[in-house]
Amino acid sequence: MIRKTTLSALAAALCLGLMPSIGSAAEEAHVTDYDFSFEGPFGTYDQFQLQRGLQVYTEICSACHGLRYVPIRTLGSETGPGLPEDQVRAYAADFVEVYDTELEDYRAAKPSDHFPHITSAGAPDLSLMAKARAGFHGPYGLGINQFFRGIGGAEYIASLLAGYTGEESEQAGTILYENTAFPGGWISMAPPLWGEDVDFEDGSPNDIESISKDVAAFLMWAAEPKMMERKHAGLVGVLFLTVLTCLLYLTNKRIWAPIKKKTKDAPAK
Amino acid sequence: MSGIPHDHYEPKTGAEKWLDKRLKVVALLYDTLMIPTPKNLNWWWIWGIVLAFCLVLQIVTGIVLAMHYTPHVDLAFASVEHIMRNVNGGFMLRYIHTNGASLFFLAVYIHIFRGLYYGSYKAPREVTWIIGMLIYLCMMGTAFMGYVLPWGQMSFWGATVITGLFGAIPFIGEPIQTWLLGGPAVDNATLNRFFSLHYLLPFVIAGLVIVHVWAFHSTGNNNPTGVEVRRTSKAEAEKDTLPFWPYFVMKDLFALVLILVVFFAIVGFMPNYLGHPDNYIEANPLATPAHIVPEWYFLPFYAILRAFTSDVWVVMAASWITGGIIDAKFFGVLAMFGAIIVLALTPWLDTSAVRSGRYRPMFKWWFWLLAVDFIVLMWCGAMPAEPPYSIISLIGAAYWFAYFLVILPLLGVIEKPLAQPETIEEDFRAHAAPTGGTHTVVDPAE
Repeated sequence: MIRKTTLSALAAALCLGLMPSIGSAAEEAHVTDYDFSFEGPFGTYDQFQLQRGLQVYTEICSACHGLRYVPIRTLGSETGPGLPEDQVRAYAADFVEVYDTELEDYRAAKPSDHFPHITSAGAPDLSLMAKARAGFHGPYGLGINQFFRGIGGAEYIASLLAGYTGEESEQAGTILYENTAFPGGWISMAPPLWGEDVDFEDGSPNDIESISKDVAAFLMWAAEPKMMERKHAGLVGVLFLTVLTCLLYLTNKRIWAPIKKKTKDAPAK
Repeated sequence: MSGIPHDHYEPKTGAEKWLDKRLKVVALLYDTLMIPTPKNLNWWWIWGIVLAFCLVLQIVTGIVLAMHYTPHVDLAFASVEHIMRNVNGGFMLRYIHTNGASLFFLAVYIHIFRGLYYGSYKAPREVTWIIGMLIYLCMMGTAFMGYVLPWGQMSFWGATVITGLFGAIPFIGEPIQTWLLGGPAVDNATLNRFFSLHYLLPFVIAGLVIVHVWAFHSTGNNNPTGVEVRRTSKAEAEKDTLPFWPYFVMKDLFALVLILVVFFAIVGFMPNYLGHPDNYIEANPLATPAHIVPEWYFLPFYAILRAFTSDVWVVMAASWITGGIIDAKFFGVLAMFGAIIVLALTPWLDTSAVRSGRYRPMFKWWFWLLAVDFIVLMWCGAMPAEPPYSIISLIGAAYWFAYFLVILPLLGVIEKPLAQPETIEEDFRAHAAPTGGTHTVVDPAE
């Protein structure tokens, strides 16, 4: 892995040196490298931001987009939005309708249900969107900058939501909207945010960029709900293994010391 | 076990004697573990242990993952999400398993290139090398089929492209492809058989690993000098070697755990770095991704596959000679498999009598160029198939074949090798105990 990176870095350096004109040929969509609380080895989700993002998703995105892989009960996760149990139950009952195959009808959701799979508008499911898109690809499509900046799924979502220019064009009966973050520049999703679309209880800013970041953070959690557990496990693993490495280093040195000493002391033949 | 004279297992206690009369299992373990190993093995020799560890890691995590996974086109993707979200520790299991495959291949590539540099493939170790190549082939098959199981977009389209290679074989290609897929296209039948084989092949690998270890225990390890261990007497052999336990077990474990620190950092902090975002989109036979890219460890061979387009003169010549039977696509497939075959044939392509690259002044340069070539091909494989990448791939592929088919055979004839040390002991003295080595005045009379 490290080798891949250094080697790709080598390859990149080669590429940079030899062919300065290749990469610029294809116009890169612009993704802003927003700062998120969950970046880096010690980054954690900002619970209030996830709750604001949930509100944005519920009031705006859920009109067209589903979250089919996300169980509603996980909204109560302490490493996620952390809603109290009664709020999770109330949220499921008040805001989500699911199709019950036994009743053969729609009913209010329970915490054990998943968010619905919404296909009516032809909009993609958002459960894994933050992992299914890379915000950063460079340099020259090698993806090495992801090593430093992260893969950038949340940045991509936030940039996309805030990236509408207001231009429209019609192609084969479909209206496309110009968007600076979308590859190709034209997207079929109409601008969903106009500013002050959502009123937050705590008075957090509700301009387009703030809302975009909040919902992007929420979708990152939806895609990777166990991120904080994972980083914790990784850290514990790294620490324990580092200690073990030191012990094994000393053991190995000690085992070999008499052999090396004997070789050094013995007269060369 | 090996031809190197050493102490054998003597049962001491009554229980040991009882068991030894009936089953010589302790003797087998003892002889395997106490094999005399050249003292002077350097750090490039630690990757074998890393590979053994990877195999165990992948089998253990894989078996648990299989308990929660469902091989069905409608359920596979959701069952992976179930593992990631609901199974206790499932996210770690899966991330360790996917990144474990990368560690496995990183280790195998370093292991192979180590063998190439130090001439570990040369007589009498050809069988070890060939078994190693079989293991590598099985690894590629296993990894490829494993990547199909999550049933994401890259899984599906990767499977479509790679099985399509078999379809390029003239006349019999299409029936073979249909037989492999279990139908006209990648579908439920494909997913089921890939799951079955992905579970089976690691055990085949485990069997081959035993033979691989057995083979080099028969010949003894190679070492950085390529000079053989003296084996006329036990006392002499002991000057060149140390038992594997504890000297090399501890050394290898230290290196393994150091590598695992980096591995755990990647699993914990950036587990998706080596993956592809498109594989978090469920497979859709109606939507082709913009770029279909295999996993990083297949990229060099993928680049060779794509390098031979119909406008390359060799391809045109082949097509003209065979009356169109060999078209560009089939030529690419032949080149890709050929690239691995020439690697397997190295023991017979290298004509030099000197084993280690350390004493081959010209070989060194060509070898390192091959290593760079491998990385350049890896980079080309990740890039779109268009100029200038296509032309770089072609040059890279040409060098790959030239190295094995032209350079290695010629070097043995034209190269003037440097003086090799008489014994491993001498090399060990010079490297492992450098202060002693440099200050010792070698008596010229000897």
